[in-house]
Amino acid sequence: MDTNQGTPAMMDDTLPLSRTADGGPRIDCRNIEVFYGEARAIHEVSMSFPDRAVTALIGPSGCGKSTFLRCLNRMNDTIENCRVEGQILMDGENINDPDVDPVLLRSRVGMVFQKPNPFPKSIFDNIAYGPRIHGLANGREDLDAIVEKSLRRAGLWEEVKDRLAAPGTSLSGGQQQRLCIARAIAVQPEVILMDEPCSALDPIATARIEELIDELRNRYCIVIVTHSMQQAARVSQRTAFFHLGNLIELGDTNQIFTNPREKRTEDYITGRFG
Amino acid sequence: MTDKARKSAPSAASAKHLKRRRAADFRFRYYGLTAIFVALGALAVLVLTIGSQAVSAATYHVVRYEVTLDPAVIAPEGASSPQDISRNVEGFYSLVRDNLLTTFPEVGEDRMLRREISDFVTRLAVLPTARMVAEKPELVGANITLTAPLNDDLDLYLKGQGVRERKLPAGVLSRIETGAEGTYRLSGTDAFAGVMAGLAVANVDRPVDAGQPDVLLSAGVSTGRLTAIDAGSARMELLTGRAEDFAQGRPTARIIASPESERTISDRQIAWVLALKEMGRIDRVPRWTLLTNSDSTYPELAGGLAAIVGSLLTMLITAMVAMPIGILAAVYLEEFAPRNRVTEFIEVNINNLAAVPSIVFGLLGAALYINFLGMPRSAPLVGGLVLALMTFPVVIIASRAALKAVPPSVRSGALAVGASQMQTVFHHVVPLAAPGILTGAILGMARALGETAPLLLIGMVAFVGDVPRSPTDESTVMPVLIFSWANNAERSWEPLTSAMIIILLTFLLVMNGLVVFLRRKYERRW
Repeated sequence: MDTNQGTPAMMDDTLPLSRTADGGPRIDCRNIEVFYGEARAIHEVSMSFPDRAVTALIGPSGCGKSTFLRCLNRMNDTIENCRVEGQILMDGENINDPDVDPVLLRSRVGMVFQKPNPFPKSIFDNIAYGPRIHGLANGREDLDAIVEKSLRRAGLWEEVKDRLAAPGTSLSGGQQQRLCIARAIAVQPEVILMDEPCSALDPIATARIEELIDELRNRYCIVIVTHSMQQAARVSQRTAFFHLGNLIELGDTNQIFTNPREKRTEDYITGRFG
Repeated sequence: MTDKARKSAPSAASAKHLKRRRAADFRFRYYGLTAIFVALGALAVLVLTIGSQAVSAATYHVVRYEVTLDPAVIAPEGASSPQDISRNVEGFYSLVRDNLLTTFPEVGEDRMLRREISDFVTRLAVLPTARMVAEKPELVGANITLTAPLNDDLDLYLKGQGVRERKLPAGVLSRIETGAEGTYRLSGTDAFAGVMAGLAVANVDRPVDAGQPDVLLSAGVSTGRLTAIDAGSARMELLTGRAEDFAQGRPTARIIASPESERTISDRQIAWVLALKEMGRIDRVPRWTLLTNSDSTYPELAGGLAAIVGSLLTMLITAMVAMPIGILAAVYLEEFAPRNRVTEFIEVNINNLAAVPSIVFGLLGAALYINFLGMPRSAPLVGGLVLALMTFPVVIIASRAALKAVPPSVRSGALAVGASQMQTVFHHVVPLAAPGILTGAILGMARALGETAPLLLIGMVAFVGDVPRSPTDESTVMPVLIFSWANNAERSWEPLTSAMIIILLTFLLVMNGLVVFLRRKYERRW
């Protein structure tokens, strides 16, 4: 199933950086099964996520794509009755191992949520919170630098540099979502998970976020769950189609959208269900 | 076309349905309004009745006595140290009594009269003056003006609440003849016609078996009691002052329906108090002693200081115990505890605990703290612990509600940047829930502040004349003081009780105001 060798066709000219030094899989999932109590939400999914590329998870509502995404930083741990089985290898280490500290894991795997959820604190504190608790900054200047760098990468610096003390919740929806992305970047993750990051935003803010995702792809392994197939086609290099807890098809985005191998994928993409 | 048709001519059934629906809306709105007005009305009646009573206790009458601080009386040989002076209540009291005896020479050596005049001031009323002189020994030998509160019954009389009387002007008296044994015969053309009419009314109003109404006649500082009244003349027994005073102007007659034997104050005491008032020696002043004095058996000296301090100490203990326990328990149950049968059981029982009648906590406190642990009775320490038992379930419930109200997105946001659960809770969730938690805690405390029943059972109902200095001293609290005062039979305790209720309500209002303030200040939107 794994097709991570070779450059995604549609990205040929735009992404010369990609697949250079470490083009191997950043995360490798083997036989992931997720149970809510007795109910099985994910059936033996195996797939891998390449570094410095965007992988989109698509599928109808309730197909398990968000649940699967949340396995990757063990956010499912916080849900009672939720049990994850199988191996998720990151740098050769199984993150589902009980010895792995989910707190450390989450500093390596950042996450952005469906609804922008900045902390009800200042813009500065929103970004600085992560570095502070992880002890990433030595002193105030260092912290200032991290905040500025994170906001610049999230494309928000120019808009907020004069009002870092304003509450994060005072920003517009799109700005809030970029603030959340900056917050995730600030702890220097290797992977960024995005759970429908644009579903609460208007088209202009969505376009801005999509641009940003495209820029971030140069540095991070990005996994994005989306309901919008156009979005998946626009931002991702690889796409995985989920249905009823099963991974139906995984491939280059181009191939999935133009020439799906599976009938169900085709039906979904052409809008026959979902 | 069809739309227009529907608008202008609805079908009969739908019109009827619409009408019924509107009527239901209308009725519901008025039920709601009625409920609000009933509630507001009840509140207004409560505040007005208590308030109007309390207003009369907000001031009281004090009498001024010009006295010479005779060293022989207040600092006799061998007892002239400041401590001795401050304890020499008897000496200061005799100064005041002698002053009254000189003002009213008619008292003389008559024991009955001497007792009546000594009722004017209670002995302990001179204590503040004694303490002041003890602090400034240079005052010994000087002339000072000593002020002491007037006896509570006379105070009530001057406020027009104690004895029901009717004031009428009498006519000009043309002749005053001296009769036998200090009586005088007063006459003037139709001088007492008004009084006769007043008496007729008074006689109609009163029960048959009651005695004759009293009629007092005053002119200036002089007052006498009238008997054998007819329209033109009456016999007067002079109670105080000089008969000549009645020759000038029109004296005032007072018809007092209840006879002397049924009153707490005698005719002579009324005469004296009127004379003192006429002399300008009685002032109506704000009753600060309500806040600066402690409890007393004399209403004119009683105050709530000991109870207020007792309440504050008790609340301090309650806050120190109930708030940490309640808040930590709530945080644990809401954020950390797994959801299983055990936590569910605990949850149900906390809710049950909040519904337990408060007197049961009193029994528990008496058994546990006093009998088993041997803590002192009547102490704010025990009271505070008992009230803490009662309060912390409320704090837990309110805090959990506040924690639940914090949106989960804040939690996931914090977890996603790698905060541990503890960091998530204490950096993000608890600060956001803090206004709600504080609201619950303060409201729980306010409830504890007004609690009486459990404290009765641990002996906090005792008479406490001294301000408690530590949580283990004997003490009482405001609501229990109100309870004790309300049990006193004398009339003058009634306004005092109301005044104390107003003080307690003020404390509660301040606490509730604090809740509103904290909410406004720290409430954050997300």
